[in-house]
Amino acid sequence: MIKVLHPGFYSTIQDLGRRDYQHLGVPLSGAMDQHALKSANAILGNDENCAVLEITMLGPNLEFCCDTVITISGADLQPKLNGIKIRLFSATNVKTGDVLSFGRLSKGFRAYLAVSKGFQTEDILNSKSMYKGLTAASRLQKGDLIKLIPTNHINNKYAYVKFDGNIDVDIIVVNKGPEFEHLNNKQINQLFGQEFTISKENNRMAYQLDELITNSLYEIITSLVMPGTIQLTPLGKLIILMRDCQTTGGYPRILQLSEYSISVLAQKKVGDKIIFKLEEYQL
Amino acid sequence: MSEFELQYKPFGKYSILIEWPQVISEDVLKSVLSYKEALENFDFKQKVYIKSAYNSILITYNIIINNIYDEVLTLKSVFNDNFDSKYIKSKLWMIPVCYDIEFGLDLEEIAKQNNIAISEIISLHSNTIYPVYFIGFLPGFLYLGGLDNRLQFPRKITPRLKVEKGSVGIGNSQTGIYPNESPGGWNLIGKTPINFFDLTKEQPCFAKSGDKIQFVAISRVEYNEITVQVDNGSFNIESKVTND
Repeated sequence: MIKVLHPGFYSTIQDLGRRDYQHLGVPLSGAMDQHALKSANAILGNDENCAVLEITMLGPNLEFCCDTVITISGADLQPKLNGIKIRLFSATNVKTGDVLSFGRLSKGFRAYLAVSKGFQTEDILNSKSMYKGLTAASRLQKGDLIKLIPTNHINNKYAYVKFDGNIDVDIIVVNKGPEFEHLNNKQINQLFGQEFTISKENNRMAYQLDELITNSLYEIITSLVMPGTIQLTPLGKLIILMRDCQTTGGYPRILQLSEYSISVLAQKKVGDKIIFKLEEYQL
Repeated sequence: MSEFELQYKPFGKYSILIEWPQVISEDVLKSVLSYKEALENFDFKQKVYIKSAYNSILITYNIIINNIYDEVLTLKSVFNDNFDSKYIKSKLWMIPVCYDIEFGLDLEEIAKQNNIAISEIISLHSNTIYPVYFIGFLPGFLYLGGLDNRLQFPRKITPRLKVEKGSVGIGNSQTGIYPNESPGGWNLIGKTPINFFDLTKEQPCFAKSGDKIQFVAISRVEYNEITVQVDNGSFNIESKVTND
């Protein structure tokens, strides 16, 4: 077990999400940065779908009630074990009574804490990903006890992975969305000829961008969307759907992020800049 | 062959979108559902996830689509072979709704603006059979078609921060049930004790696209009685198999 002494700003349990229930209107959910989730699980030898703790901006204080092995991937929130700094993307042995804390956010936006064999929290519709209205808890609260399987320690020297990070990347790779062909040249130039700024409206459902695009597109009949879909609103705002997005939407879908770029965007915070790069399909 | 001209579009590297003309109609719905059923019965080489909306189907593959043209040809062949050859079974669900003023917070406003008696709103709303186009927006939220013109009413300019689970509302030309508590901008006309998304059931949502819904007006007392039965698991929603 892990005891939550302080939950941090916004911490949730996440895995790869719920794929089987989208036809019933259930969002996919899952770790925002799935690249970091998979890396963390790989370092511990876990299955890639093992549940981890997604930590946003400000880290929690956690007390371990059993021995285990942990790793932290994604953003650098300067994690410390009993006050001593620990390395990211590296397996760390943890003993009963140890306390994990975090410092100031220095890089990225979301960190992932994985434990050996994954967190053993409730499974709802084949996933442990927290989502308000589906899972009993929608985020970590002070005093929560998170179940895990106690594990013997491992030899650290085999467990450091040189990690090719996605944190410093500012290029977001996109493909054309279903309504892309309705855009005119001016709009296309606006999309690919400037930097965009992450708006303060950013969360697990969607990221909005500050810069507006001239919009002449009509709304569409409510149709299917997915994480990574970029919608253009009537006011010219760009909305990039993220992991907790609804399954359907009525705004034109002009672009679609690559899977990797969704993870890149998940590490961006308000004020960060991104550039779109259009990738044409290989014929 | 379909009577509609279909478009096949790549949507990201994992998905293909099939689109019908931009109209909401029961003919398009039937065509979408026939194709969907054919796809669901097709032996894909890998696991796929199939979703539908008013005039589209999205097929999402587990791994990156290698050759989009080959895959589209495969999808087209599925449609040609199976279209109209299948008989789609659908159900008509009778959904009890209490149209009491206590729940129908906007009944009086609609009556006033649309110049129609509350009793007539209730009778028009419950005498229509609504097709279920698809499920989206929230877990268990049914997109229903067929709302009577006289009941159409614009969404609220300022949405309510909290709409109770089971609330029945009208937003522009649509009517629907809030499957869970959520913020909402629809005008509320009643409330159902029925659970539209029940995690304790193997099929969390009893209805599916292509089914039909009819509302049955119940009293406040009946509402309480059915609520008790729903809570202890003894309530069965009345339903019948329909052909079209």
